[in-house]
Amino acid sequence: MRVLVAMSGGVDSSVAAALLVEAGHDVVGATLKLWGGFSDSGCCSVADVDDARRVAQQLGIDHHVFNLTEDFDRHVVAPYVEAHARGRTPNPCIECNRAIKFDRLLERSDRLGFDRLATGHHARVTRAANGPHELRRGADVAKDQSYVLSMLGQSELARVVFPIGEMTKSDVRAHAVRLGLRTAAKPDSQDVCFIGSIEGRQGFLADKLAFHPAEVVDGRGDPVGRVDAVELVTVGQRRGMGHGNDGSRHYVVAVDVPARRVTVGSAAEANISAVVLRRATLTWVNQPLALGARAIAQVSAHGRPASCTVGANADGVVVEFDSPQRPVAPGQTVALYDVVDPDAVVGAGIAA
Amino acid sequence: MSDCPTTYLDHGATTPLRPEVADAMAAARALPLGNPTGSHRPAQRARRLLEEARDEVAASMGRQPGEIVFTSGGTESANLAVFGALGAGCRAPRSASLLSSAVEHPAVRESCRAAAQSASVTWHELPVDGSGLVDLHALEAAVDGATALVAVMLANNETGVLQPLDRVVETVRRASDTAVVFTDAVQAASFLDLAESAAGADLVALSAHKLGGPVGVGVLAVRAGVALAPRQHGGGQERERRSGTQDVVGAVGLATALHLAAAERVEVAQRVAALRDRLAGGLVASIAGACRTVPPGVATLPGHLHLCLPGVEREELLVALDAHGICASGGSSCASGALEASHVLAAMGVPDRLARGSIRFTMGRDTTAADIDRALAVVPPVVASLRHDP
Repeated sequence: MRVLVAMSGGVDSSVAAALLVEAGHDVVGATLKLWGGFSDSGCCSVADVDDARRVAQQLGIDHHVFNLTEDFDRHVVAPYVEAHARGRTPNPCIECNRAIKFDRLLERSDRLGFDRLATGHHARVTRAANGPHELRRGADVAKDQSYVLSMLGQSELARVVFPIGEMTKSDVRAHAVRLGLRTAAKPDSQDVCFIGSIEGRQGFLADKLAFHPAEVVDGRGDPVGRVDAVELVTVGQRRGMGHGNDGSRHYVVAVDVPARRVTVGSAAEANISAVVLRRATLTWVNQPLALGARAIAQVSAHGRPASCTVGANADGVVVEFDSPQRPVAPGQTVALYDVVDPDAVVGAGIAA
Repeated sequence: MSDCPTTYLDHGATTPLRPEVADAMAAARALPLGNPTGSHRPAQRARRLLEEARDEVAASMGRQPGEIVFTSGGTESANLAVFGALGAGCRAPRSASLLSSAVEHPAVRESCRAAAQSASVTWHELPVDGSGLVDLHALEAAVDGATALVAVMLANNETGVLQPLDRVVETVRRASDTAVVFTDAVQAASFLDLAESAAGADLVALSAHKLGGPVGVGVLAVRAGVALAPRQHGGGQERERRSGTQDVVGAVGLATALHLAAAERVEVAQRVAALRDRLAGGLVASIAGACRTVPPGVATLPGHLHLCLPGVEREELLVALDAHGICASGGSSCASGALEASHVLAAMGVPDRLARGSIRFTMGRDTTAADIDRALAVVPPVVASLRHDP
């Protein structure tokens, strides 16, 4: 099979490429240049491209660099800035997977005649005989990335392969060491790739949108403090929100940018019993869940799964949790997993 | 990786080292050579080879030997030209301006950009028309007594378009006694007689590996009487214009390559132009919507063919052609190797829709009719397979 493997310059995608070569496939590596600006934390620095290229050379495969900075600006960075301006909490890694890796790059892979696109994600694609493709959690629970892939559907899953999905991270590193890959000991990337570790989110956004001070009020509307930039406050945030009269920590319950107001409350006040996923953002791995179906929801990349029942209202799907949950910030993705097969992703949507 | 034959149509990026050049370099390398600045016989032998190479280069360029400064290549020559002309003109701090065409190679553009970081230096890019020819009226309006340097390349590296250098020189001389005219002849040197076509320029840059010589050696020709401040300091080699031990073997390679190119220039240019025209005609006829980026009638280097192929992305085209063994170019790359949007096409006003699907084929003296046949057979179906709605 002809496989295009997306190589970030990290150990996971290096080993993904190596496994495909070892399996006898016709493999070509590609590194995406996504971000033109400065960043030291991300995956498209010159040093990372060099690492990917050197690994490809070591494996004896062709390697190309694809410049997708314009698409990345349009589909990932601009919406990221725009969401903050509206007091929402975007997930740029998910948008990158949706719009860049499993759309633009996948199309490119098709046009160039590849049978599959491979990435180094910790997730699995499985399929019962003649059944639909299933998206499952990676074998390494701690490194599982099914959440950031939860927007994939049948069309994409039929064309992708995740070679390291069955491996633990230590398996991956051990394999890289065995092959003598230069990326074997490279630290995992942690943060949003286009945001430098020193400037941070605030520094990145500072010259792209105007920050506004806001009043912090409690559940009764009484002022309890101020913040310098309402655009940087996230629902569920604790840091900088102070304490209630009883000494308990305050959590952000709501962010209202036009009103320049942040509402806080105790953990109990902040917790939610349900979250609405906007209809236009819903995606399903195969079939939509029926009304009243049971499911398991995960609201962040490594969040704790929570049992829920799926309902609907005029805006979209309503995820009703069995027990109160930490708040879900508007803009965050909620991934839904199968209640009887909890490794299997059913679908996803973005919190209203 | 498939093992199809390689059809090399990227001579504008680099040309193969000519066997005669390799032989001449091997012969020089076999000698006991000292440092050419030394006093003993091996040093004198090295010095002699270096100066003979300099004589040869000077003769090929129509210059005096003392006007030839050996450098590490085209980029260094461009940096030396820009910063050297600025430095020499600034004995006392005063404002100086740089003018360059909007289609210069990054070696020139980025040198100007870096120089203009200084508060006393301004930099202005001269617009080009839709053919990529520099706007002489804009030049006339921009040159004045503060102009330190005017940079207009002899031939563009992406499109191959030849600039009207003589008219540039005339225009500059009318307006200023002191402005230095620099021409980047790196892309042009394999096909043009620099003694004639670059005669008016005060500074001329060229690079050996674009004309069958080795990578890592180049020249900046500096007209006698033009002051040039050194960019690197040390032992004062190259008449104090470029310190550092000279690459004698590289200079021999450059001189040999220039000499060989001069001897066959007319014949090669005719033959290569005929191949290029056949490739152009065949591709334009067989690929719907394909057009030549440079309008017919505009003079270009004989080996350059720049095409716009709407509905295709050049990154995909290069990958797919490479898989078939066809080597072409999509323009400049950044440090990571990713293709960048072309400032040349942007300056020419080529719409983004067309620029996205642009590609450069560059032919050289060893390009064969079979190479063209192969490209004509492979490129159209590859383009068809990649076509999609943007």
